[in-house]
Amino acid sequence: MSVETDVKTLVIDEQEVSARAGQTILEVARENEINIPTLCHLDGLSDVGACRLCLVEIKGSNKLLPACVATVQEGMEVSTNTERLQKHRRTILELLFAERNHICSVCVSNGHCELQTLGQEQGLTHIRLPYRNPELSVDASHERFTLDHNRCILCTRCVRVCSEIEGAHIWDVMGRGINSLIISDLHQDWGGSACTRCGKCVQVCPTGALFDKSKIGSDHPKYPDFLPYLNLMREAQ
Amino acid sequence: MSQTITIDPVTRLEGHGKITIQLNDKGEVEDAHFHVTQVRGFERFSEGRPFYEMPSLMARICGICPVSHLIASAKACEAIMSVRIPHTAAQLRRMLNLAQMVQSHALSFFYLASPDLLLGMEADPKVRNILGVAATKPELGRAGIALRRFGQSIIELLADKRVHPGWVVPGGVTEPLAAAKRDKILAMIPEAYANIDLALGAYKKIADTFKAEIGVFANFPSNYLSLINEDESIEFTDGALRLIDARGKTIEDGITASRYAEVIGEAVEPYSYTKFAYYKPLGYPEGSYRVGPLARLNIVKSMGTPKAEQELAGFKQLAAGPVESSFHYHHARLVEMLYGVEKIEEILADPRILDKHVRATAGVNRLEGTGQAEAPRGVLHHHYKVDENGKITWANLVIATGQNNKAMNLGVLQAAKHYVKKGKFTEGILNRVEAVVRTFDPCLSCSSHAAGQMPLEISLLSADGEVVDRLVR
Repeated sequence: MSVETDVKTLVIDEQEVSARAGQTILEVARENEINIPTLCHLDGLSDVGACRLCLVEIKGSNKLLPACVATVQEGMEVSTNTERLQKHRRTILELLFAERNHICSVCVSNGHCELQTLGQEQGLTHIRLPYRNPELSVDASHERFTLDHNRCILCTRCVRVCSEIEGAHIWDVMGRGINSLIISDLHQDWGGSACTRCGKCVQVCPTGALFDKSKIGSDHPKYPDFLPYLNLMREAQ
Repeated sequence: MSQTITIDPVTRLEGHGKITIQLNDKGEVEDAHFHVTQVRGFERFSEGRPFYEMPSLMARICGICPVSHLIASAKACEAIMSVRIPHTAAQLRRMLNLAQMVQSHALSFFYLASPDLLLGMEADPKVRNILGVAATKPELGRAGIALRRFGQSIIELLADKRVHPGWVVPGGVTEPLAAAKRDKILAMIPEAYANIDLALGAYKKIADTFKAEIGVFANFPSNYLSLINEDESIEFTDGALRLIDARGKTIEDGITASRYAEVIGEAVEPYSYTKFAYYKPLGYPEGSYRVGPLARLNIVKSMGTPKAEQELAGFKQLAAGPVESSFHYHHARLVEMLYGVEKIEEILADPRILDKHVRATAGVNRLEGTGQAEAPRGVLHHHYKVDENGKITWANLVIATGQNNKAMNLGVLQAAKHYVKKGKFTEGILNRVEAVVRTFDPCLSCSSHAAGQMPLEISLLSADGEVVDRLVR
């Protein structure tokens, strides 16, 4: 018996591509080596469409859609890198940099930070917005890891990996809008929480907000690529 | 009518400062001050940061001597961790610190001071710079650039970056030394010796022509403070501090980093953002002292390396007791550079230098830590307090320039009194007053924990503060 596959054909950046129904635009684009920048998305985790960096233009629609959660439709014509999108992406990055205290030169992730890399890729040379310079704390209560809210961009990868993969659900988001804050348990010190010390949240954090204690600078590469393999192994069991 | 002459900002220094010279009604110099005019607040904004970030944070104080800050800071962190770093890590750091001393001294001697020494204090300010030196004394210009490159290249080979390297961490260093890099450093050494020989020879030839300057460039008795080894040889990274008096007699010995705050205090003067360090038992200003190359060579009994040992003997002959004129800082710097190259060669011959174990690890084992090292311009002291999670609750840094502050002020006054007569001054005279400060090679970025550049502005002020004359360079 053959399994019927619902195939959709669409155009991404003037390239004709085919996809399975239910795939996201991001998935299909990446399968076809078309780069769409992302920050909150991570292969192996559910998508939340929070960072808006993957916004794409769809012909015939005024709305910009986040490629990580928008599914493909038959006959869709997608543009991933128009001037308008580039402008939006740069603005999003500027907002992220201005929102908290990102001091690359002394950050543990300097040189391997996804936010920094995106800034470079998108040609960000200046932040036109005034920096907010909020006074934020560092949670160093954990035996092995540290959380620096100054560098957090609220992508919620840590929340998702802890809940979906580790199954511990230590992390959550407190507050609303610009005052949101990642918290452990019900806003207890990380060291006193029910954390399993697996370190997955540290590995998936795109910036230097979560890091191994006592590591600094070039000392601390992260390896978030393990997630799809981990998922695969679990599904196989 | 009494007047104030202002030299603002003072040129060819690292950072931003100004000099004011107060004249009385007869036009004689009444008082003079060297002001550091910026403030940065490193101590304040490090509060709340994890302690192991401190070396990389503190290194940002200065682009000339980040290594000294890295080392003093890492040592303070290691006191908090209560660890002793592996032998190889200690040796590698020592080499890094010496490489920085060589490049910083090369910068001070060739780029900042040699225009005065080789072209003359009265030379046209337009050519009185490193380019002027390169044009008239190309071989010395080249030697200076090469020596700076020597130090910077070693820093880059060891730590991957010339400025603000992240290689020094609490507990040691992040990467061991590769054999290929060791060989590269060894290959650079013969040229460095040749360049220092050239500079020493040239300096000794011209030093005698500066007798007048030697006489009034902060030439007075003072106390001196520097690190020293147990065998009384020079030390830049470990050892303990010794304080000697104006006659060379030891006032206090074995001042470890943890005892520093007991014996050294910091006074504040209204005219400068840099504090004035002093030896507590003697009080301020009697307990003021000098640090840096002059202090180190006055205190140590030997260099511990053959070539520098000979040069030290020559240096000690400049005076019966401690060498008092700050002009001789220049000479001391050249001797130390020679020592630096010799010592680097010696360290590279250590059979354990390629050892892979270069880092000790630990958490917070004490809530307070101190660290000290010799920066090129003198003793550097870092003192931190942390909470039980290792977050900084308090930090204090005592910088070489703060410790030389009183002597610099007195030196400026001495030179101004000698040169400025009847309210009259020329550009060359003001350059001499600035040159007094330059002998100390102060780092104003470090001293105020502030950054800046310096063009020169001189104002002559009347008693009521009105500008009666102004010169902008």
